[in-house]
Amino acid sequence: MRLEKVSEDERKLLLSFKCPSFGTNPWVTGPPLNKRRVAIITTAGLHGRHERPFQMGPDDNYRVIPGDVQANDLIMSHMAASFDRTGFQRDWNVVFPVDRLREMAAEGIIGSLADFHYSYNSIRAQPDAPEPIREVAGLLKKDGVNAVLLLPV
Amino acid sequence: MLSHFIEEEGVPTAGISLVRPHTEIIKPPRALWVPFELGRPLGPPDDPEFQKRVLLALLKLLEAPQGPVLEDFPEDEPESDEVTVLACPVDFGRDADMSDNGDEFLAAFRREVTAMRPWYDMAVNKRQRTTVGVSGIGLEDLGDFIYAFVKGEPPENPRNDIPLASTLKFAVEDLKAYYIEGITMQPGQANASSKILQDWFWDKTVCGKVLLALRKVCEASPDEMLRMMGTFFLVPGEVARAKTE
Repeated sequence: MRLEKVSEDERKLLLSFKCPSFGTNPWVTGPPLNKRRVAIITTAGLHGRHERPFQMGPDDNYRVIPGDVQANDLIMSHMAASFDRTGFQRDWNVVFPVDRLREMAAEGIIGSLADFHYSYNSIRAQPDAPEPIREVAGLLKKDGVNAVLLLPV
Repeated sequence: MLSHFIEEEGVPTAGISLVRPHTEIIKPPRALWVPFELGRPLGPPDDPEFQKRVLLALLKLLEAPQGPVLEDFPEDEPESDEVTVLACPVDFGRDADMSDNGDEFLAAFRREVTAMRPWYDMAVNKRQRTTVGVSGIGLEDLGDFIYAFVKGEPPENPRNDIPLASTLKFAVEDLKAYYIEGITMQPGQANASSKILQDWFWDKTVCGKVLLALRKVCEASPDEMLRMMGTFFLVPGEVARAKTE
């Protein structure tokens, strides 16, 4: 986003969020793009239409989105009121670009798409409590994923 | 910061950055900053070629020889040259008196919700999807459910798996989605920007006025969760500030 385009209040609020910094810079390499198996992790609070909405408590971590998900299957139960939802309301690819990735897999630009994608309600992983994220990393590895796209709102 | 832990576990990651200063502090392995507004990590809706360019730029980061990498996506979201002015075709009585028992205003609200229905139905038919349905409350009941709070007579929670305040929040998002999905199906509105849609919803519709009233009622509620909902989560901060100044 262009910070200069929002109001002074909004800018101040955004810049006041505490961001962690880490002492290390993990870095893993992989095969060329056309051999990569890609998964999406969204923090837009997406989940299945008939699943329970996200809760505000610290224990409600993530939802699983099946690889064969269709556009009408996904709804959004993110709490925040301050981000644009009109893009997602018109086209799910604005937030969850799975149609585009399917096209890219069919064209051979990427290798394949994962069997499962994952959704968070916001960035739940605190630096002092990363276990649920490590759990998802283990699931991604079992799925053969070697490219994770992290998509915030 | 999710990427830090996932990469530590041995899986390569690449992420979209929306707020660049945050990314500069967190230093994830690979990030692509995009100039689009919050809520639109891939940019404009219904523009597959644009979305694909964003994804390609993101995927390319996976081929960087070393990191951390933070690159900027070079294109802004295209702005339509067409001047779009949204207006409710019929005056549903936004100026009706909300005081007294508000029945006149409730009637105006119901008329407007009903008038949006053919556009919403057409949108669902054309897009073969809807984002309405998080609250679990039927479309016919959404307006009255929300209005009951405005009247100071909160209804029973129709769900037993989430608190009443959460049901209200999701009902509000459902109703907003119903309006936006419908209005963007009207002639000439295909390229309406989020700003135009937001201005229309909050300035021109009866529904926008109802939700601003709802915010006020919730802010004054003895129920802590309703109060929090009203203060932070029902109306965008920018809108709330503009309307109370």
